[in-house]
Amino acid sequence: MKLLICPMNGPRNIDEFQSFGPVRAEPDPDRTADADWSRHLFRAENRRGIVVEWWRHVPSNYFFLAERDLVTNEVIRTFDPSERRDQS
Amino acid sequence: MPLRLLKYGLSRDYPVSGDIPATPDLKPSYDVVIVGGGGHGLSCAHHLAKYHGISSVAVIEKGYLAGGNTARNTTTIRSNYITPEGIAFYKEGVELFETLSQELDFNVMFSQRGQLTLAHTEATLRSFHARAEMGKHLGTRTEVVDQKAVEELVPTLNMDYGGSLEILGGLWHADGGTARHDAVAWGYAAQASRRGVEIHQRTEVEGFEVVGDRVQAVKTNRGRIACGQVLIATGGMNYDVALMAGVELPIRCYPLQAMVTQPLKPWLHTLVSSVSLHTYLVQSSRGEVVIGGGSDPYQLYSTRSTLDMKEHLAGGAVHLFPFLQGVRLLRQWAGITDMTPDYSPIMGASPLANLWLDCGWGTWGFKATPVAGKRMAETIAKGCMPDILKPFALERFETFQLLNEMGATAASH
Repeated sequence: MKLLICPMNGPRNIDEFQSFGPVRAEPDPDRTADADWSRHLFRAENRRGIVVEWWRHVPSNYFFLAERDLVTNEVIRTFDPSERRDQS
Repeated sequence: MPLRLLKYGLSRDYPVSGDIPATPDLKPSYDVVIVGGGGHGLSCAHHLAKYHGISSVAVIEKGYLAGGNTARNTTTIRSNYITPEGIAFYKEGVELFETLSQELDFNVMFSQRGQLTLAHTEATLRSFHARAEMGKHLGTRTEVVDQKAVEELVPTLNMDYGGSLEILGGLWHADGGTARHDAVAWGYAAQASRRGVEIHQRTEVEGFEVVGDRVQAVKTNRGRIACGQVLIATGGMNYDVALMAGVELPIRCYPLQAMVTQPLKPWLHTLVSSVSLHTYLVQSSRGEVVIGGGSDPYQLYSTRSTLDMKEHLAGGAVHLFPFLQGVRLLRQWAGITDMTPDYSPIMGASPLANLWLDCGWGTWGFKATPVAGKRMAETIAKGCMPDILKPFALERFETFQLLNEMGATAASH
């Protein structure tokens, strides 16, 4: 079985995890037009390449981020969401 | 040599021509360019040529004929959906299958043996009642059946009385069935070719020349083709192909895995699915048990198989039919499904005036091969969408009028 390295729990079987899809920009509810809401809700990154995604380790209910290649399925790295905030 | 045989050899009909001609040279332009030589694209080509008199049509296919999701699906044909719009559309699809062998002069081996979907919980049973009532209202044969009826329909089923997966009842869909997927594509290809449609295999789209709101030409690895109208019907490649024309579809790609066992004597006479086990089985006319449909739980463009998904499918199959425990698997595979947010397809207009979409077919496309081709051909020929297609337009995502079929598609049906 494929292993995923959880930033908190270390390497675990992939079936302990749940994918929440690629990270997307968070719209400002007061300043977002309908068309942009539609885009936010229904369009997701699907290009062949590397995406940053939300994942959850289900037993510990811990959410984290993973960089993964959508073609090779290689997980390049996993990291705690605080690292993303540090970067931005 | 007997002279009687020689007579046939000298006849004008000899040698017998192939059903599907070899790929010809590309012409500089066509009235309609269909991107994707799978079932849907070929069906559209057939309907354009036969019913709308449009035979200046090129079907261009990156690989070989019907080698993508047309070859990889598990051939289920049914109309027991949830929304009235969905049921009406798929019902027409089932009806076209009923006469398809005659229409194509080609045996597609349509077998209308019925589909039984199992409920292991009261909640599932309640959702079945809603589906059955909507199905009956729209004239399909869909009904909720009790435990006794389930046992009569499939006597070999493990009912698991008193167990955690006790079968409480089922959704019996007498209109459901299967057909030979390759034959459907070949039949359409042969009919379309006979009426002048050109099928270009090993011809890959590399881009579109867009001027204003129109596609002027399709750029391929074998040259440029000017086009009147363009249809995108490329299954798992829909997102990528539409993006080349600047159209971003609300699609995410997931692999869907399936497998077949060694051939067994005929024992399973209906299609059987389990909502809770996310497993369905059908015995093919060769006797192989086709077991599906495991969608990978995250986006991916790889058609590899995984042990965990095969274990899951095998676990479900052996639970329902314990005597399958010693049976060997013959083949396993995966296809890339282009999943939409509401589990309904995207058909009709795109933001470009002469670019049409037959996309978002996810895990549910094979059953719609005849009807999608018929209705997309009508759309292209008339330049506007018939009423039956309007609910499936891309713009539903802008107006928030989604058609939620999640509870009736993929592994959940």
